[in-house]
Amino acid sequence: MGRTMASAIIASHSASEAREGEICKVRVDFAFANDITTPPAAASFAEMGAERVFDRERCAVLPDHFTPNRDIASAEQAKRGREFALSQGMLYWEVGRVGVEHAFLPESGYILPGDVVVGADSHTCTGGALGAFATGMGSTDLAAAWALGETWLKVPPTIRVRFEGERPQWITGKDMILSLLGRIGVQGARYMALEFAGDALASLPVDDRFTIANMAVEAGAKAGLFPPDDAALSYAKSRAKRPFEPVWPDKDAPYLRTEVFDVGAMSPVAALPHSPDNVRPVRECGSPRIDQVFIGSCTNGRLEDIAAAARIMKGRRVADGVRCIVIPASYEVYNRAMDLGYLRVFTDAGAVVCTPTCGPCLGGHTGVLAAGERCVSTSNRNFTGRMGSPKSEVILASPLTAAASAIAGRLTDPRDVEA
Amino acid sequence: MEKLLMGRAWVFGDDVDTDLIIPARRLVSGDESVLGRYCMEDADPEFAARVSPGDIIVAGENFGCGSSREHAPLAIRGAGCSCVIASSFARIFFRNAINTGLPIFECPEAAASAREGDEIEVDPAAGVIVNRRSGGTYPVAPFPPFLQELVRRGGLAPYVREELARRRQA
Repeated sequence: MGRTMASAIIASHSASEAREGEICKVRVDFAFANDITTPPAAASFAEMGAERVFDRERCAVLPDHFTPNRDIASAEQAKRGREFALSQGMLYWEVGRVGVEHAFLPESGYILPGDVVVGADSHTCTGGALGAFATGMGSTDLAAAWALGETWLKVPPTIRVRFEGERPQWITGKDMILSLLGRIGVQGARYMALEFAGDALASLPVDDRFTIANMAVEAGAKAGLFPPDDAALSYAKSRAKRPFEPVWPDKDAPYLRTEVFDVGAMSPVAALPHSPDNVRPVRECGSPRIDQVFIGSCTNGRLEDIAAAARIMKGRRVADGVRCIVIPASYEVYNRAMDLGYLRVFTDAGAVVCTPTCGPCLGGHTGVLAAGERCVSTSNRNFTGRMGSPKSEVILASPLTAAASAIAGRLTDPRDVEA
Repeated sequence: MEKLLMGRAWVFGDDVDTDLIIPARRLVSGDESVLGRYCMEDADPEFAARVSPGDIIVAGENFGCGSSREHAPLAIRGAGCSCVIASSFARIFFRNAINTGLPIFECPEAAASAREGDEIEVDPAAGVIVNRRSGGTYPVAPFPPFLQELVRRGGLAPYVREELARRRQA
């Protein structure tokens, strides 16, 4: 019996057989936490009697959620994380040199094909875009990984998702993953892995694959894996901080089932309040008025996303009464977007450009919503209260749809602006 | 000997996410008594004020979906709840509950039959949930052996402590 990606990567990091359903001790290649999850992890680390992280080059702290510090409490929290990182001599990047963790780590060559990666943040699954088994955990589990260099995992069954056909230019990775969520629901892959396949992937930019892998957790999945192709391998090789060994699924791997999508027939879609699986074609949403647009986050803050939004916004203006907030997810993205003139396109259009941070995605800062307000966001969750007031509403969509909506002042299909 | 858990049921639906359990804006403290004041505030602003020590959260499928914040089980403990009964749990929340010592019980039958305010009793050692209003008795499937071993050793922290001691001697 062959192996799925998930089972093959876990087996390559474990002494056990790693068959589906088995609980295994697994060697960890990289383990990280952020400004919110580091202080509890540091406390657990001390409680465990651990003195040193297992490898200073494979353990990291990244301040990205409430940073640059939004208030005194978050400043104290970030300080505790910084002090822990410096006392350990582990990887740490200060504000101005970091970025949203799930954008910064892969682009900086710390998350690589074939890796097992654990992060104290649920969107750690983003690393699956490069073919890493990357999964989110809580702070105590992360502390254990820092202490031991290993974790425990139950080998998940896998749903294969095939994206077939030729992708129209207005369809992005965001539309693909939202379409999947609309079909299988927020618990459709609970305790499972997703593995992506199909001929539409060959031309899909790596940035769009990050978007898809990122939202695997919104289906309840443990990981969302892309078998690495030439594009993924060259992305990884040009950035890698250490050697890596890619892993692929076997031809006869056993899948729980296969979901097939015709990408050629897809329309731009949006997830309406208050669940990422409440998905409909944008043109069938009744064009609700909006107060804010957010373009950024670990889901859609990469160069392809910023470029797509700038393409729509060039020479146009953000609608009166709408705030449009653009946040490149890392300084690499920020600087490229600056060099390519995108940031100027946004400020000319009347949008705000902020420094890399998770910020508004989780109602942290730089774009919190008031009661009764509605936001089109390129982020990953639209739960009640996610971006501010529990009486606000969040609609999830692609950067193209978000930019089109900012111009129209209503939720708008990008085809209706480009025409 | 694990003690009996007893309290009134607070019933929630499917897909209760971690932003409902404890909103992100509150995540500047890891102190469970502070977090407990805001537990479930966006679902029910009165919850933290009205919940009594020992009360039990009862929910449907996929309880705790969303973020990896360990603050979620801590907030539930901090609010005074003795445990959570649900039809199923999201995976990160499941691990976090075990690691922070919040008792959780996966039991679709007990979850489906509970009404708001029901007196519920859980015997963790016997693996039985009793609904005092309806008289219904519901068995809970035990954890897999590895997790039982983790719980028996007192959670992940003591487990890691023992493992580190073993490595130092090796």
